[in-house]
Amino acid sequence: MSTRRSRGSTRISDDQIIELVSKLRQLVPEIRNRRSDKVSASKVLQETCNYIRSLHREVSDLSERLSQLLTTIDADSAEAGIIRSLLNQ
Amino acid sequence: MSHPPFLSAFNLTAGREQGHITHPRAYLELNIIEMASSSMIPNTELTRDSKRRRKKKSQLRQQEDQSRPKWKSQAQQQIYSSKLRQALARLNMGSPPRPGKAVREAADRVLAVTAKGRTRWSRAILTNRLKLKFIKHKRQRPPTRSKKPRLSVYRLKGKGSPAVQRKVKFLGRLVPGCRKEPLPVILEEAIDYIPALEMQVRAMSALFNLLSSSSSSSSSSSSSSAAASTSTPPSS
Repeated sequence: MSTRRSRGSTRISDDQIIELVSKLRQLVPEIRNRRSDKVSASKVLQETCNYIRSLHREVSDLSERLSQLLTTIDADSAEAGIIRSLLNQ
Repeated sequence: MSHPPFLSAFNLTAGREQGHITHPRAYLELNIIEMASSSMIPNTELTRDSKRRRKKKSQLRQQEDQSRPKWKSQAQQQIYSSKLRQALARLNMGSPPRPGKAVREAADRVLAVTAKGRTRWSRAILTNRLKLKFIKHKRQRPPTRSKKPRLSVYRLKGKGSPAVQRKVKFLGRLVPGCRKEPLPVILEEAIDYIPALEMQVRAMSALFNLLSSSSSSSSSSSSSSAAASTSTPPSS
């Protein structure tokens, strides 16, 4: 397998790329659960993009809910609640 | 600025001179929850972990471990959770037009700080926030590898098709700070960014559950006590 190197690059080899792609493959749950031998790099990239986007959406959603929760906590007037949370832990 | 960007960001948010008036209730609640949950962790585990990390810092072999914080570990999540709670306690509730966005930005910033600035995406998050806060005009990022902007993506054997390139660019846009980086850099950053995001989701949902359960139990208890008091007939 001849590896073409780009001129002036820091010797990025194909093997390195393959290793990185396989590491990425392990992280994305979509791909991890399938047969891992026949997944192309394009598929890995696509699934990675989708996964990161879904994670971003989850974080945004969670932060929205957290902000609402924090504002409603302000409205509550329960010292007992605070003490209870302390005791529950 | 002479300090590395992420350190200045941390100092700015840690100091009280920001002038945010925090709501006492939220501040108190978050602080008490933080104390309560941190008491859950045996102190020995945390200190042992940090001592081990400090010892490993000098060894070259462990530099791989050190450069990539283990996002799956419980310790990391606890560190992130406590920092997030502190940051959220300092937020001024309801004053920003979109408090959800403020929470999201705080969460991202704390995540980047927890990453200790060793990855591009964490540095990019912190420098972007600094830029937006203090610098009116957009400062040009110092081009690190101006000589080979995108050629290295084209030249990769078997991976140079335009569809793949498009996906790589897309991925580069998703991961903060990687818009102009070559493929292997983007892959490396993504490999670190994804577990960090997963940990962020875990920590935030745990915090949400904690806060919602405590607030719902408090509200239910207050409502039940109110109902009990009203249900007892006034004796004449």
